[in-house]
Amino acid sequence: MLAQQLVNGIISGATYALFALGFTLMFGVLNVVNLTYGVYFSTGALIALYATRHFGWPILLALPVAAIATGLIAVVIDGLLLTPLRRKKAPELASLMVTLGATLLLYSLMTAFIGTDIQRFPPAAIDPSAIEIGAVRITRSQMLIVGTAFAMVALLLALMRGTRLGLAIRALAENPDVARLMGVDVTLVTFFVSFVSGTLGAAAGILIGLNYNAIQPYMGEAMMLKGFAVIIIGGLGDIRGALIAGLILGLLEGLTAGYIASTLKDAVGFLLLVLTLWFRPVGLFGRAAAKRA
Amino acid sequence: MPAFLDDFLFSYQSLIYSLGINGLLALSMYVVLAIGQLSLGQAAFMGLGAYTSALLTLKVGAPFPIVLLAAMAVPALAALIIGAPTLRLSGVYLALATIGLGEVLRIAFVNSELTGGALGLSGIPEKAGYTIIFGSLALALIAFVLVSRSRIGRAMEAMREDEVAAGMLGVDLPRYRISALVVSAMLAGLAGAFNAHVSSFISPNDYGFDAAVTILSFALLGGIGSPFGPVVGVVILTLLPEVLRPLHDFRLVFNGLIIVIAVLFMPHGLLPWRIGRTGARA
Amino acid sequence: MSGTILALENVTVRFGGLAAVEAVSFHVEPQTVHGLIGPNGAGKTTAFNLISGLGHQSDGHIRFDGERIDDWPSWRRAQRGLGRTFQNIRMFGEMTALENVLAGMHAHVGGGLGAALLRLQSFRAAERAAILKAREILAFVGLADPSARAGNLPYGDQRRLEIARALASDPKLMLLDEPAAGMNPSETSGLIELLLRLKARGVTLLLVEHDMHFIMHLCDRITVLNFGRKIAEGTPLEVRSDPKVIEAYLGTKVAERLEAGARVR
Repeated sequence: MLAQQLVNGIISGATYALFALGFTLMFGVLNVVNLTYGVYFSTGALIALYATRHFGWPILLALPVAAIATGLIAVVIDGLLLTPLRRKKAPELASLMVTLGATLLLYSLMTAFIGTDIQRFPPAAIDPSAIEIGAVRITRSQMLIVGTAFAMVALLLALMRGTRLGLAIRALAENPDVARLMGVDVTLVTFFVSFVSGTLGAAAGILIGLNYNAIQPYMGEAMMLKGFAVIIIGGLGDIRGALIAGLILGLLEGLTAGYIASTLKDAVGFLLLVLTLWFRPVGLFGRAAAKRA
Repeated sequence: MPAFLDDFLFSYQSLIYSLGINGLLALSMYVVLAIGQLSLGQAAFMGLGAYTSALLTLKVGAPFPIVLLAAMAVPALAALIIGAPTLRLSGVYLALATIGLGEVLRIAFVNSELTGGALGLSGIPEKAGYTIIFGSLALALIAFVLVSRSRIGRAMEAMREDEVAAGMLGVDLPRYRISALVVSAMLAGLAGAFNAHVSSFISPNDYGFDAAVTILSFALLGGIGSPFGPVVGVVILTLLPEVLRPLHDFRLVFNGLIIVIAVLFMPHGLLPWRIGRTGARA
Repeated sequence: MSGTILALENVTVRFGGLAAVEAVSFHVEPQTVHGLIGPNGAGKTTAFNLISGLGHQSDGHIRFDGERIDDWPSWRRAQRGLGRTFQNIRMFGEMTALENVLAGMHAHVGGGLGAALLRLQSFRAAERAAILKAREILAFVGLADPSARAGNLPYGDQRRLEIARALASDPKLMLLDEPAAGMNPSETSGLIELLLRLKARGVTLLLVEHDMHFIMHLCDRITVLNFGRKIAEGTPLEVRSDPKVIEAYLGTKVAERLEAGARVR
């Protein structure tokens, strides 16, 4: 039972890490807390759902297409809401408020059109066959989830560390004015980061949608609680911290569900968040120190 | 009371109650925004107040004044627990921690037998009325006006405009931050207790994300130049959907849109008048 | 040392391994004007931030009015009599000029929450007295309209208002970060005249400034920083002729400016 709980924990942890990665990336590079991020989570899952259900696409096609489409939506939202505030050099809470308003607007538009009923992937999209190692059971869908999560994280890290674009992103994260002087096209890099974040959020939504097979517009909102917990535990803007905190949260949730009570599972993140604020506000690796007031 | 007024009050009773309760909520948002901070836990504080008061009335049979005090004390305690560690951090931390509080409370209310789970609590006696609701609102407004026109009000506006500069004038920033948050939680808790004791029924969904954002939209629509701005926002956002039925169905879309528009294009809100910050004429 | 108002002792601050200020020591005597100069990036504003509590040193101590203030947050330093202005003016733009100055009196005006709510006689008397004093300070710095919105004032007047606001806290030491930045010559000479009147009033000033004419004219004593280290200290006369200082300012062009300053004096 312990082994199974640990494996389940790693599977959810991988999706949390993937989800939090896009969120913390936006904060670290663009210096905004973009609350519409939860909407990307739902949007990705919904687009993938429709593609598999109405067009009969296999999930391996629906996943990248839905993620990229959501990435483009993220770019549009950034351009409409956050670019004007950046130009005005508005305080950081202004961007938080504007994305909060947009989040409510988008969620309620979505529910107005498709309702709040839980929807499910068609059976063909989910491969229920499983492999068993001793007492541990892993479905092929779950393997797809973990595989995709790790592949996307590896891709992002390679991009950040090994390419000129990654260098430009890191320069922008350090200081936008200096980045501009260095010849970085700040607008373009900003849009690119929004795009990548949107893609990551959507991918996480699709993968978690596959894991639990329960999709509805507000699913992103519940996920945001885990997102906040992970990025604060990991340290705001800290990519490595988000990855590790995501895995830790997934594991602890799995253990809580297995050994204490499954109803308490969703409170674990908030408890860790409050503990982090009290005892280690700079996050796991202390990088968030630079963001102190 | 003239008969026609009596009829009017009766048929629009719940709407008029909402005006007063929303007014208190808008002021609870105002006190935090007025020092340049953002709390998104107003709905959660309200929910804590509502559940605390309902439970005390239903299960303990406590007298109403005690119930109201407890409905303010419990959210205040929650505000201290999540607010205190964020005092020396950037405002983003408080905003995130308070949204988190809302989510986790909803989960707690849904899963606890004591609070009636997803069905909530019903059969709460109607102990609040016009006098106490609007009396509280009026008292809160007067208090905010008096405080605005004093050194405390000046320090608050200084913090909202430039926290670093305010600190360099000797304004004790953490103390102001925590006081504003606690006052805000108490007002929201009081509003929650009134809400529970006029509507006889409460459920976890009344205090979720939608409510949190709606409370923010009151304050931003009216503007925070004075405590009257948020109340103006309440009057418009509570009455308009009643007059325009199509708006009623898209109420939440509209509330969200208002925040977007207010932040991007209308930073002073509909009531741009700014309250003076001096306590005497000389 | 007993009369010293501010003393830095071996103060060092590092940002990610790089020392922005390294082992800097100097002290400021009461009722003097002390200048802190140096080329761009010398660490002047960093030093100001350390003194005012907006940053904290990695090493060394700061003493203010006889007390070690190393761990004090900025507001506590302000409450004990440290005032400052900023290089890029930080005005409360929505407030009136009068309200800005009143905000500056925060630490001295009485009246807690209870007094404000009850509108006690004493509260109103304190407010009235504060308003009278604020008007006096505005007149002293030469601002005519107390009810003008601060954000609408012309640049030079905003500088004056920022000084008035700092002055309102009745500071034992006032830090001025490039007060003449962005001013035209006539505004600058007006500012010099104002600062001389401040000095005559007995206010101790520590100022960072690029305008050498300004510095040489006002200061009793000057500390020179370069690359985060102190390279010279003395009277304007001594500093001006110090070869290390001239070298730091990269030769002739600034040496000429130093000369020009000398002529004015």
